[in-house]
Amino acid sequence: MTDIPAKLSFATGEGGQLAGGASVTGRMSAARSAAGAAPLLDVRDLSTAFLTSNGELPITRQISFSIRAGERVGLVGESGCGKSVTGLSLMRLLPPQTARVTGEARLAGQDLMTLSPRQMRAVRGRDVAMIFQEPMSALDPVFTVGEQIAEAYRVHFPVSRAEARQRAIAALAEVGIPAPERRYDEYPHQLSGGMRQRVMIAMALICEPKLIIADEPTTALDVTIQAQITDLLRSLSERTGAALIFITHDLGVVAETCTRMITMYAGEIVEDAPVDDALTRPRHPYTSGLLRSLPGLSARRGVLPSIPGRVPAPGRMPDGCRFRERCGYAIAGCEAAQALLPMAADHVARCWRARDLWLPGSVDDMAAGSPVAHNLAAATGEIRP
Amino acid sequence: MSMGRQAMHSAAPATDAAAGGPLATPGDRPPVLRVEDLRIRFPVNNGLETVKAVDGVDFEVRQGETFGVIGESGSGKTTIGRALVCLLQPTSGRILHDGVDPATLSRSAFRRRRRDYQIIFQDPNAALNPRMTILDSVMEPLRIAGEGDDAARRRAATEALVRVGLAPEAGVRYPHQLSGGQKQRVNIARVLTLRPRMIVCDEVVAALDVSIRGDVLNLFADLQREFGLTYVFITHDISVVSHISDRIAVTYLGKFLELGPADAVTEKPLHPYTQALLSAEPVPLPSSMRVNRRIMLEGEIPSPVSPPSGCRFRTRCPSAQTRCAAEEPAWRELRPDHWVACHFATPEGPPPPNA
Repeated sequence: MTDIPAKLSFATGEGGQLAGGASVTGRMSAARSAAGAAPLLDVRDLSTAFLTSNGELPITRQISFSIRAGERVGLVGESGCGKSVTGLSLMRLLPPQTARVTGEARLAGQDLMTLSPRQMRAVRGRDVAMIFQEPMSALDPVFTVGEQIAEAYRVHFPVSRAEARQRAIAALAEVGIPAPERRYDEYPHQLSGGMRQRVMIAMALICEPKLIIADEPTTALDVTIQAQITDLLRSLSERTGAALIFITHDLGVVAETCTRMITMYAGEIVEDAPVDDALTRPRHPYTSGLLRSLPGLSARRGVLPSIPGRVPAPGRMPDGCRFRERCGYAIAGCEAAQALLPMAADHVARCWRARDLWLPGSVDDMAAGSPVAHNLAAATGEIRP
Repeated sequence: MSMGRQAMHSAAPATDAAAGGPLATPGDRPPVLRVEDLRIRFPVNNGLETVKAVDGVDFEVRQGETFGVIGESGSGKTTIGRALVCLLQPTSGRILHDGVDPATLSRSAFRRRRRDYQIIFQDPNAALNPRMTILDSVMEPLRIAGEGDDAARRRAATEALVRVGLAPEAGVRYPHQLSGGQKQRVNIARVLTLRPRMIVCDEVVAALDVSIRGDVLNLFADLQREFGLTYVFITHDISVVSHISDRIAVTYLGKFLELGPADAVTEKPLHPYTQALLSAEPVPLPSSMRVNRRIMLEGEIPSPVSPPSGCRFRTRCPSAQTRCAAEEPAWRELRPDHWVACHFATPEGPPPPNA
């Protein structure tokens, strides 16, 4: 992975000059050369609370992580764990009337949380882009998809309509949409779900952002289309050097798309590790529990492991470890506050017992004749080389 | 065109083991459910066009088994499920419940029989009336079936709640006070009170988080053992369907492409589509254990308004030949109890992809 994000190879081929002229939009241009040393995104103690009639309701607590250029990070957890709120907070998309966000999120050195709304608008779409789960509601039904992609470009770069159109068509081709010139003039309802999600990706990519936040981008798609989209995101990220935050509840998708996995539970990060380490040797009992409860990993028709109980409600979080009431390894002492402790290289977990535990990951059952093992054999043995 | 009907009897069995055919059931009892050349069409575009949601499927569901139906959106799996419990009228073909076609029954006879064939839906929120207490919701099916007096219904409903793992006190609550997993348990309890013979489960765990999904699947398995239930389990999730099913049918554009024992379908599939589906399933394995041999299907499911000629999968099939466009593949039993609709599949597996 190169330090400087490689340019998208658009057919128009003028990415370099245009990106260089981006200062007209008023965004910061510092620190781009220093991207190799410093992380691209450094999030420190980012907490989000919703403002309700009963006062502040804390949703996420002191989220801290950093992402290097070109890294693909899976942000996983179950519904309500705060993964989407974290993504929206980073994009500053939560309305200030209903949400209070504290902490820092430095993108190439600049704290996004201190930018004025106007400055943030210049960053949004240009430096950080977001892809949402439901493309049908993210696209405007009364404009053609091409116009919407071109608009995303024209907001940030002073180009003619004709040139923006050419760029949008190139972007549509880049995300694998056949006959992009024709598709440019179609409306969202004329496209299938998978094609709409490609349009969203084209829109996110057109300004060559350094970071893409994708919030469950494949959840609404069929599995064969999901495979196409995750492959597209991975190859685009590899080719352009854009970093990716992939928010999902699907650990399989993370395994196939990401280089790192951050597990969230009840508004906190509980584990942050290279994806292979997290899968083979998770250090937090919750990560292990999630992996173990996947039906594909158990013997067919056997009893599925599950995590008893349910996530505590926001505002009623227990002290200390928030997972302890559902944790099979909880002992006296888990009521104490838990910090993210270093476990191995690039691997932290929020569990003071983690060093004493050997927790099963997704691999332990592989020898036991699980369907996944067989699927894998089926998918590897008899199919095209 | 081999008459569209996946005719069990005209197809040449590849093995002797199929002496009685796949339709044979122990004893003389008719199967719990038998579907004959089911077709369901919906008019669209002011009646100018027709969506062929289900276009000729035949199968049987045996007493006590879990029959998995897997398919992508638009495959017709949900339409099949609704037709099985008479929520949709077949355009043609028959559905036999215990050998009886419910369409031929009188209103009252149909009503009496209907309680034996129940369905649980995907969205546990939408399935419960937000203004009724949980206990009232669970009692409602019994009330409609006209069973017992209020006290007996209350008792039966409370028992059902306890059986699905909820506290009796949950009965006084309202749906919004329960979690998604608890609500789906309530929906299971509602159906259980009727002591049905067969339950159609339409994406029943799709809306649930991974950590509770296992619990609910375990509950389905327990109830099956306890009450001898028969399930038709409809889902898009391969890992779920392969975990719970005895047999699996793979649907595509309103037809079955493959039907066989769960192990065989998921481990040694016969149809190229099944093989591609299996390889597309993301597996949570570290990179060292994963061999990237994914069969990437081109394009998307064609419109069910005008499905491709011949084999419906040919437009995306990596092994398609000219014959596939001209001729609809026959429904062949290539291994015992394992059927496939592909010209070129052999008992060893699907045809190799085109170079």
